[in-house]
Amino acid sequence: MNKLKTMSPANRTNFLTYAMVILAFAIFQPLSVKGMLSPTLQGQLVPICAYVVMALSLNLTVGILGELSLGHAGFMSVGAFSGAVCASALQNAIPNAGLRLAVAMVVGAVFAGVVGTLISVPVLRLNGDYLAIVTLAFGQIIKSVVENLYVGVDSKGLHMSFLQPTVKLGEGGRMILNGPMGIPNISKISTFLAGFLLILVTLAVIFNLVNSRSGRAIMALRDNRIAAESVGINVTKYKMMAFVISAALAGAAGSLFALGQNTIVASKFDFNTSILILVYVVLGGQGKMWGSILAATFLTVLPETNAMRDLRDYRMLAYAIVLILVMLATNSPAVQGFFAKFFRKAPDNAEKGGEG
Amino acid sequence: MKKRIFALTMATAMTVGLLSGCGGGADTTPAPTSNGGDAATAAIKIGGAGPLTGAAAIYGNAAAYGAQIAAEEINALGGLQIDLRYEDDAHDAEKSVNAYNTLKGWGMQVFLGSVTSTPGVATSVEANADHMFYLTPSASSTDVLGGMANPLTGSVDIDRKPTVFQMCFVDPNQGSASAQYIFDQKLGEKIAVIYKNDDVYSTGVYNSFDSKAKELGLNVVSVTTFTEDTKTDFSVQLNNAKDAGADLVFLPMYYDAAALIFTQANAMGYAPKWFGIDGMDGILSVEGFDTSLAEGVMLLTPFNADAEDEATKSFVEKYQAAHGEVPNQFAADAYDCVYAIYNAMTKAGVTADMSASDICDKLVAEFTSMSFDGLTGEGMTWGADGAVTKSPKGMVIQNGAYVGMD
Repeated sequence: MNKLKTMSPANRTNFLTYAMVILAFAIFQPLSVKGMLSPTLQGQLVPICAYVVMALSLNLTVGILGELSLGHAGFMSVGAFSGAVCASALQNAIPNAGLRLAVAMVVGAVFAGVVGTLISVPVLRLNGDYLAIVTLAFGQIIKSVVENLYVGVDSKGLHMSFLQPTVKLGEGGRMILNGPMGIPNISKISTFLAGFLLILVTLAVIFNLVNSRSGRAIMALRDNRIAAESVGINVTKYKMMAFVISAALAGAAGSLFALGQNTIVASKFDFNTSILILVYVVLGGQGKMWGSILAATFLTVLPETNAMRDLRDYRMLAYAIVLILVMLATNSPAVQGFFAKFFRKAPDNAEKGGEG
Repeated sequence: MKKRIFALTMATAMTVGLLSGCGGGADTTPAPTSNGGDAATAAIKIGGAGPLTGAAAIYGNAAAYGAQIAAEEINALGGLQIDLRYEDDAHDAEKSVNAYNTLKGWGMQVFLGSVTSTPGVATSVEANADHMFYLTPSASSTDVLGGMANPLTGSVDIDRKPTVFQMCFVDPNQGSASAQYIFDQKLGEKIAVIYKNDDVYSTGVYNSFDSKAKELGLNVVSVTTFTEDTKTDFSVQLNNAKDAGADLVFLPMYYDAAALIFTQANAMGYAPKWFGIDGMDGILSVEGFDTSLAEGVMLLTPFNADAEDEATKSFVEKYQAAHGEVPNQFAADAYDCVYAIYNAMTKAGVTADMSASDICDKLVAEFTSMSFDGLTGEGMTWGADGAVTKSPKGMVIQNGAYVGMD
């Protein structure tokens, strides 16, 4: 209690963010195990975790590094396909589902990180709008590449072909990735627990990065690039660091997402998905990790609630209206003033509430 | 001042929200519960998922309307009552599972499946795991059924999902049947193919067409592709086909893209014979499309809205009265689905108080042994592989209407 009071504001926010995630898990995990959640919500637990990690990782690029990325779903795609192919190929080698999932997530993160590194070489020479447009193009390139990739597995190992489906498989072999048809037969091994752990890892990575020397350098670049350069900060190095970590986390989220689905296709991870994740970040507040978590959860659950489903044809219209209103409300000085007053008046109450 | 503007915005928005809520409610109430209060308690809950919004909405809505007409007819007979509910999946695998789960939460006992293939692959896994009977009107990919060989490699990538059945032709059948038909009728000397290579349906049909065409020795001179992002300009593909001298172009795709192809081919003065598959059905109801451009287009489809039999006439009439357009094959398939399930349920003595799993056992046994006459074919039978056996009808568009060709 006293410790919480004496913490620096940044540390306190970080601590409360962890507490919020752990509390949510502590409430929903028992409900999920006992089957007390509605089937819809039960099925959404893993995607929610994946979208939360996506939002957090994009927030690193947008909020901390201060560069707009419009191709974040591309990294999710890389992670999703590499992770799912890996899990499928290792089905016999690693019978333990949890371990296989962990390996798949690491593989997804590594692949996305490598792609992120490759992309960052040309991309990070640019700034602002130019960078945003180039990331958009890269998102499209990744989608096209995956749509032309064919991967099969048999007793001799993985077989691949590009552009033409010329994979020849031995006895008992099977195709994993069918180009545009994606991966049609994923065995679901992602769990809510795995998603929860990935969120914690993501938060730990981001908070520790932000609180480090490198993190301060990255934020200095965001706030004033010329000033940062003048004191000897290596622009390319720190930009790349943030960008690649962001890509790798998105890759892990992609693996988690893919292994919680029955089938994935490359067109799922298109420009619209990138924008959707950007919406989570903007709605939650750039640089605010807790905001990204809440926004991603809220906007994933909202369109599937029974109240929204009952609107039928007007569902997505209502969703858009809610989105606009929330954006207006969170940016309205009146509302901000109200919350600021509320928090200033009663910091003690808030903390007591947090403890109880 | 600012506060007031904000309050005003909120108030307006809330009112709009309320109104749209009412509108939605009024729209939906007659659909699922055409039966009275008493009957509702004894009604079997049948759910369906399809793209009711978004780019593929035309298929989802057609299927939902078709199924609804069948449910209303059945409920009017007295006897076994049906409570039908369709949920939107926006042609997305993730959302289709959400839709399926929503229906499960509602208490669905039989699932009418997904309307399109990619969502179908996802929901069929769920339904099979839950031991829920699954009969899809139009998700034609082999991956929906599972247990079939991949036409590219011959490998069986997915295990058969025993609770899943299809009302439509499975994709490879359409492709090989089209190749066979073109060969038998000697429709073209030089054949071009344009297909959509990021679409499960289009690619699946093309792959089987390709292998059958090679087997028959058809002269395929040009194969070009497009994707979701490039489906607005076909000049490259059409020029390629034209330069190769193709006199017949095979278009295994949905009709929205085909409408553009016809328009653009017309503009560049290229007039080969066109040959489509069941996804081409519906081309005549595209808004703003000059239907004279589709004149002479051939397609292989199981349903003919101009058929003279009593059942088709009555269905088309009801559909037109309710929705103001001629029903396409999706609507007819969904209509048949509901009737096939109804027939099987009455034969097997299914009652509304049975669990989804018990109903599934009975329906699977019934489906693999029964024969069904519907709008999309007579004497349809299903094998244990879940695929339907029925004969496709060759159709040609003449004077703005589909006419059967023999």
